[in-house]
Amino acid sequence: MIANDFVYCKPGNRREAVKAYRALSKEDKKVFYYNGGSEIITMARAGSNAPDAVIDLKGIKECNKLELEEDYLVIGGAVSLNTIEESGLFPLLGTTGSRIADHTNQCRITLGGNISGTIIYKETVLPLLLTDAKIILYGPRGFRRLQFKNAFDQRIKLRDGEFIYQVKIKKEMLSLPFTHVKKTAIEKIDYPLVTVCSISYGNYLRFAFSGLCSFPFRSVEIEKILNDSQLSAEERLEKTHGLLPEPPVTDYQGTGEYRLFVFDNIIKAILERRNNEVL
Amino acid sequence: MKYYEGDCVIELDVNNEIRKATVRPSDVLLDVLREQFGLTGAKPGCKNGDCGTCTILMDGLPAKACLVLAVEAVGHKILTVEGLGGHTPIQEAFVQYNAFQCGYCTSGFLMVCHALAERKPNADEYEMEKWLQSNICRCTSYQEIREAVKSVLKHI
Amino acid sequence: MSTTIGENIHRKEAWDKVSGNAKYTDDKPVTGYLHARILTSPHPHARIKSIDCSKASQLKGVRAIITGNDFPVLSGALLEDRPPIAKDVVRYAGEPVAVVVAATEAIALKAVRMIEVEYEPLKAVFSTGEALKKDAPLLHPDLGEYKRIQKDVQPVEYSNIASKFQIRKGNIEEGFSESYAVIERNYKLPPSDHLAMEVRAVRAEISVDGKIKIETSSQAPYTVVKQLSSCFQIPAGNIEVNVPFVGGAFGGKAPVTLEFLAYMACVKVNGAPVRLTVSREEDMATAPCRLGLEAAIKIGAKSDGTITAATFTFYLDTGAYSDISPYMSKAIAVDCTGPYNIPNLSCDSYCIYTNHTYSTSYRGFGHLCYTFCVERAMEDLAEKCGMDPVDFRKTNAIRPGDLTPNQVVSTYSNTGNPELCLEKLKTLLHWDGRRVKRIDNNRVLATGIACLWKSATPPTNAVSGSIITFNSDGSLNLNTGVVEIGSGGQTNLAQMIADRLKMDIKDIHISLAVNTRLNPEHYKTVASMTNYMAGNAVMKAANDVLEQLKTMGAQIYSCAPEEIEVADSKVFKKEQPDQYIEFKDIVSGYQTQNGTSIGEPVIAKGSFLLKGLSKLEPNTGKGRTGPAWTVGAQAVEIEFNQSDYTYKIIKAATVMDVGKVINPNGMKEIIYGGMSMGLSMSSREVYEYNKEGRLNTPNLRTYKLLHIGEEPLYQVEFVETPQTDSPFGSRSISEHGIIGIPAALGNALAAASGIPIQELPLTPEHLWRAKEGIHDSK
Repeated sequence: MIANDFVYCKPGNRREAVKAYRALSKEDKKVFYYNGGSEIITMARAGSNAPDAVIDLKGIKECNKLELEEDYLVIGGAVSLNTIEESGLFPLLGTTGSRIADHTNQCRITLGGNISGTIIYKETVLPLLLTDAKIILYGPRGFRRLQFKNAFDQRIKLRDGEFIYQVKIKKEMLSLPFTHVKKTAIEKIDYPLVTVCSISYGNYLRFAFSGLCSFPFRSVEIEKILNDSQLSAEERLEKTHGLLPEPPVTDYQGTGEYRLFVFDNIIKAILERRNNEVL
Repeated sequence: MKYYEGDCVIELDVNNEIRKATVRPSDVLLDVLREQFGLTGAKPGCKNGDCGTCTILMDGLPAKACLVLAVEAVGHKILTVEGLGGHTPIQEAFVQYNAFQCGYCTSGFLMVCHALAERKPNADEYEMEKWLQSNICRCTSYQEIREAVKSVLKHI
Repeated sequence: MSTTIGENIHRKEAWDKVSGNAKYTDDKPVTGYLHARILTSPHPHARIKSIDCSKASQLKGVRAIITGNDFPVLSGALLEDRPPIAKDVVRYAGEPVAVVVAATEAIALKAVRMIEVEYEPLKAVFSTGEALKKDAPLLHPDLGEYKRIQKDVQPVEYSNIASKFQIRKGNIEEGFSESYAVIERNYKLPPSDHLAMEVRAVRAEISVDGKIKIETSSQAPYTVVKQLSSCFQIPAGNIEVNVPFVGGAFGGKAPVTLEFLAYMACVKVNGAPVRLTVSREEDMATAPCRLGLEAAIKIGAKSDGTITAATFTFYLDTGAYSDISPYMSKAIAVDCTGPYNIPNLSCDSYCIYTNHTYSTSYRGFGHLCYTFCVERAMEDLAEKCGMDPVDFRKTNAIRPGDLTPNQVVSTYSNTGNPELCLEKLKTLLHWDGRRVKRIDNNRVLATGIACLWKSATPPTNAVSGSIITFNSDGSLNLNTGVVEIGSGGQTNLAQMIADRLKMDIKDIHISLAVNTRLNPEHYKTVASMTNYMAGNAVMKAANDVLEQLKTMGAQIYSCAPEEIEVADSKVFKKEQPDQYIEFKDIVSGYQTQNGTSIGEPVIAKGSFLLKGLSKLEPNTGKGRTGPAWTVGAQAVEIEFNQSDYTYKIIKAATVMDVGKVINPNGMKEIIYGGMSMGLSMSSREVYEYNKEGRLNTPNLRTYKLLHIGEEPLYQVEFVETPQTDSPFGSRSISEHGIIGIPAALGNALAAASGIPIQELPLTPEHLWRAKEGIHDSK
């Protein structure tokens, strides 16, 4: 039961969406773009962050797009994690999404919703950071087409009234060899203690992480260290610890020191596989 | 553009029947199914999308009715446990294999299993687990549910 | 008709449950109801300085707001220490502070959020250790003045001790002086939750002439009547409680909780029907949970492994209120040894208040908690004696003639055969004495063993009853006060009648909802006592049916009642089975061909009152608390990864002495369920509180239960040593599958990791910390 009332609208195209945003967001009203709804409904029920209006983006055709277009795979912001996985078009993103929440929820959670949510894990961001994805935002001032890494720093940098329209990934990046490891406190269906995504691109490993810190990130410096075959695995890990953007998270699921232990184990296993030329 | 504000009358396609309801845009589908249509098979186990007791099918895919706004369901085909009719293979299998005790999670499990059997009759054990991990049963050991579901899938 | 005792019978309510037709409390239509929601305290211990409802009450649609000042009453199962709504003081975060009744649930919830409460935080205690300190804040300064419902509950005035029970048997000093090996250990289990899938819910209405109707999700409808009556001075006859299907309970729905609130809310709106619901979060933080336990254990044994003496001290963390926990401290004391013969014994079992969510019965009634401690200690002692863990347990297994802790002389009938359970478990496991087997560099396979036993601790005068009527087709209606909480109790009862009356179980209908006005009182659907208590009542009723039918048959056939046989829903003379009267023609009285009426409609009854039980002698703990024990032996096999502390549970096995197998699959599945709950509880479940004393994880997003895919292979086998005073010799089994599992998992992990496991839950991080010697900095 959501105690608060709000306005719900479902525009048929992007212009209507922005128009609705402008119209509804007057007088300090809280207006949320709405995709799968899981997070918005959860917060609204708890009374912690209830909107005055929601604008459902699932009616916009382009936001539901999932197809290969010339050199790119285009994924609309309203495409569900389950649809991405079942399509098999981007196995790393499919795999990553298939470990977010549970399957039933994956049928509802969307790419756009996961990227722009308040939840700290946002694991779909990892494959996008690793594959040099582009993001297309749409807002009152029209389109903005950005490198994903430039649009995402700890969180997606949306301007007022903007929403995630589509992401685009170069075809050549879609089927690179990858590793996805998600470790939880104990229960499989849970938020991650640590999630690591890694791809091998031009014989160089790229890494992105979620759960370790309070936001998902990819670090070029960490990649350099982890690819430095002059160093032992232990040395690489030790240097990596010093390069984290912030101390590891401590919360009810696990302490920062334990997250680091889990992180080390994951990385060791990946490096070992790398040595054995599996990856 | 669809626009709902205040109390709105909507039409929902539930179990192949068009039904009218007066809802607030912030009402979730679960409450409308239960309180307005009397379809109480879907249960409010957590209302937070975590337990799966309220699972229904929306256009053939499982959805947690506590995380769907009723107004969002307009234009989609909703199927609840009551719409299964009582004698689908998975319902028979749940009785056969004693796949429940208190019965509170049963409707949700049945809906996930039914969708799985319909959409992926060739699902393997991994796929089956993945779908069923959306739901929680506190009474059984899951062994009974596993056997019931396996009996309706083709290749396990 | 051949008997169905020993047959796999599907639950009577199976089709209701797979079709969505089974109705639970809040499935009742909401039309015509006002809606109530609660406001709870964010503080674990605070003085309520003021409650300002002015804004909330001005909200359109709000009908009433109730606070602790409206009904200054105290409630409690054993000791009346709990105001249903906090008055002046809150004692745990989550305690109800106000109830709002409104036209819709949304309005009620909005209004709840508009109530302004001013608190003055008080010093709080979060462990039994802190609570026992001399300068600890007192949760209940008036402890000595509370009304005691059961006189053997004796709170210690000006302390946080709600009750204490003790056992003294033999001579402790002498016992230890004979010991070759002695171990001393401390253990700690945090509280956790029942987490029944159905959140507690209640409806209430009061007629103009004062008749109260309550519809609730409860294991104890008759207790709801009694407590409402006692709390609010209402004649019990004016209260009617109805309980439809219950969506899981596990002990958590035995206490009376929301019913008080719904009644008060209803009074405030002049009896209009009120629907009270709580969120899952409130169900976890507000309604009672499983208690925490700390234990100090010392056990000594001779070099051949014979235990000579033991001392046990148990500190139960009952949280803010005592509810049934004093009796859990009693039950733990009475059964403190497990199914072993310990001749010299001392046990002190304290029930202690803290500022945690209060606790109540939980599957196993405290036994799974103390068993974790005792069986972990047994494992270490076996090792110290250089003995195989199974043989060690067999050496010490209680045998006929031994004295239980409460000094009852053990017999096969009242105790069962733990030795045989262990023997059978060995076979089931292909036990070769090796607890640990290496798989590869990192991984080992390890097996942990634990024994269990449990007797019930009901009031010494608990009752049950049964009424049998017939339908015009000759089929039978069984009417008891047993609530269908998922344990399949009613189906077992139907099997018993079918056997006694030699009739087809298909022709036996059961009333699945319980209404206190219609159904004869059954104490509570708790303590796994349905087979014993209701079973005895039902067998008496079945005998009554036979007597009535035979009397009528004798009249019809002009012979002695002894010459009459009843079978296959027919009544006939033994020597002339082909000339019979069908049930349909006799159960409403018999009419001859010329129209003469003979006999009366068959309405049969059977009732049962527990007998032969006694309160414990305060100093020694001598006395008889329950009719019998159920014993068993359990094992958990895990694959443990020594490099990252993760593990997979491979197998869980139980051999239980069930007395008599009534419904093999049904019984196995109840035991599987218990085992599953035990694995979930001991591997991952915990009520973790943050620094402010609030529950960190009050929902299923963060409080994790075992999901499918993580379950091991479950195996259950039976031993059948009859309990002679129970129908068919059957024993209580519904809770017992859980009892030894936390210990068995702990023993397996201890063997696999070398970590002296002393706490739960056994998460990989917990194991990592213990091994690396890192202190918790969470």
